[in-house]
Amino acid sequence: MTMMKKLLTTAVASAMMASGAQAAISNDTVKIGYLADMSGTYRDLAGPNGLKAMEMAIADFGGKVNGAKIEVVSADDRNSADVASSTVRRWVENEDVDLVAGLVASSVSIAVSDILEENDKLGIISGSAASSITNEHCTPNHIHYVYDTYPLANGTASAVVKEGGKTWYILTADYAFGHALEGDVSRVVKENGGEVIGTLRHPFPTPDFSSFILQAQASGADVVALANAGADTTNAINTASEFGVTQSGQTLAALLLFLTDVNALGVEAAQGIQLTTGWYWDMNDETRAWSDRFMEETGVRPTMVHAGVYSSTMQYLKAVEATGSDDAQTVRKQMMDTPINDMFATNGKIREDGRMVHDMYLAEVKTPDESENEWDLYKILRTIPADEAYRPLSESKCPLVTSK
Amino acid sequence: MSMIFGVPLAVLSGQLLIGVINGAFYALLSLGLAVIFGLLKIINFAHGAMYMLGAMATVILFDVLGVNYWVALFLAPLLVGVVGVIIEYFLLRRIAGQDHIYSLLLTFGIALLMQGVLTNIYGVSGMRYSMPDLFQGGMNLGFMFLPYYRAWVIVIALVVCFGTWFMIEKTKLGAYLRAGTEDAQLMQGFGINVPLLVSLTYGFGVMLAAFAGVLAAPIYSVTPVMGSHILITVFAVVVIGGMGSIGGAIITGILMGVIEGLTKTFYPPASSAVIFLVMVVVLMFRPAGLFGKEA
Repeated sequence: MTMMKKLLTTAVASAMMASGAQAAISNDTVKIGYLADMSGTYRDLAGPNGLKAMEMAIADFGGKVNGAKIEVVSADDRNSADVASSTVRRWVENEDVDLVAGLVASSVSIAVSDILEENDKLGIISGSAASSITNEHCTPNHIHYVYDTYPLANGTASAVVKEGGKTWYILTADYAFGHALEGDVSRVVKENGGEVIGTLRHPFPTPDFSSFILQAQASGADVVALANAGADTTNAINTASEFGVTQSGQTLAALLLFLTDVNALGVEAAQGIQLTTGWYWDMNDETRAWSDRFMEETGVRPTMVHAGVYSSTMQYLKAVEATGSDDAQTVRKQMMDTPINDMFATNGKIREDGRMVHDMYLAEVKTPDESENEWDLYKILRTIPADEAYRPLSESKCPLVTSK
Repeated sequence: MSMIFGVPLAVLSGQLLIGVINGAFYALLSLGLAVIFGLLKIINFAHGAMYMLGAMATVILFDVLGVNYWVALFLAPLLVGVVGVIIEYFLLRRIAGQDHIYSLLLTFGIALLMQGVLTNIYGVSGMRYSMPDLFQGGMNLGFMFLPYYRAWVIVIALVVCFGTWFMIEKTKLGAYLRAGTEDAQLMQGFGINVPLLVSLTYGFGVMLAAFAGVLAAPIYSVTPVMGSHILITVFAVVVIGGMGSIGGAIITGILMGVIEGLTKTFYPPASSAVIFLVMVVVLMFRPAGLFGKEA
């Protein structure tokens, strides 16, 4: 009897201890929601392959964290802030989702981060560009991981101005991302001694750019800059080449161009275009090794967004493991305290405004002679060091920074 | 340089010409819709998907079989036309005579299916298609640079539009068609195979959309979603022109291209909405559209 009692007590005590150790991970499950454009304009640069990258990270992590299950749900936001908001509200309020990742269209990310703040859950934004996400729209509940419009402008715009492109005409996608990029580019052009002589805001998406390209041509500007993304950019580049923009002496600057866009355009049409990127698959042995695995899974080379989703998922899981918690603030603090060193970034750092700062790269699209295969697309011209690339905290309008 | 509302005349002339070129696309697409609605009373929401299929077929025929542009100009619409006939025979025929809403929903479903399947296979970044060598480059008109290919588009689109109008309104075949859809039983009595006529008409309307798709392949990103962007605009064009009016579709198509082009010059952010604004105004004063007959 005493023996039985002893056994029982030990069993109950150890059960309590076990549950005590895991109490910090809610429901014994870390649940991640992947939200991205799965079917529209931004599908290829993030989309289903981003989900694949996330699953690769979870598998590489071992499928469990501190003994707790890792579960993934995903949804198509259809590039609509409304659709995204209702999905994320359902996820965090009814389905115990701890982390929302992916997040492409800037309008979606801004809407979603508000809901995450209300419910104190975490978001890691990998696809969006608007630098306002960690500036005036910053919250203590999200991290902006891969890139933003600030380094895009810093990299490409300053390079093009220094090469003699003094007068600029900007074609801007008429929504949050385009406006942010236009603002950042205008600033960099002015700072470097250039001048923006005209801007034109076109609807998103626009299938036909002929009219806009014609206006850009008529402006006589040295540089026709494209502050748009995805199919809008590729359509604009195609139309510009059809209307002989570069032949007539103007430079075409694509301010945001993804690997998948360049692949779609082909080196013939895209050769010589300079662009800024947060990552390129063919940079070193580590990036190549990971990209080979990704390609085996998906059949295509990863964009910077795909790599960023992998890296950020890994960092998140490590932080959950280290703290034994899936509480948003605990995990975010741990992520901020840990430098990021992996196939995506060297000495990457998450600042208090939520911006992950890391080196960026100025690249140029190879010529058909230089390109050895379908995905051999960029020459890296210059590394833009993290401190130089991103908006300094001293200029931040983020309340998390200014209230300090 | 003389200016009109702050825009140089030269720029404006360029925009007008571009407007006419885009209008030619709208005309070609609206024409197919108008033929299908006018003769079969089917609201064909799969029209954008058929336009996309035309463009995709052009690229795939080239990539897989090396079929060049000129052959694709005939072959791609023909293949898509066959797809149309199959859809009519197996699906649309079953809801003939029902409320319009059924054809709308059925064709909308078909369009989403096609778009979804092709997106999964080919992605959305766009497929490359080089312009035929003959049309490389362009000419300087003084007020703008006109790529040869755009000039070709306008000519061929107008020829096809006029040819279709002529066939339906002025020939014996067209008369049969119109009669067959007015009173199928009577025409059956005359020994005319009306169901076949209906299948072929749907196939023909779809071919017009696919033909526009082939014309679009060298200049726009060819993607599975390209049809969905243009579809609603084209519907608005058909409604403005008068549902089912063949001539109305052609004239309104070109007109709307020009109006859209002018909006792109004077206030670009409104350019995607201007056609719908025109539609609202037209429907307020002429519920049957500009060229439609009052029911």
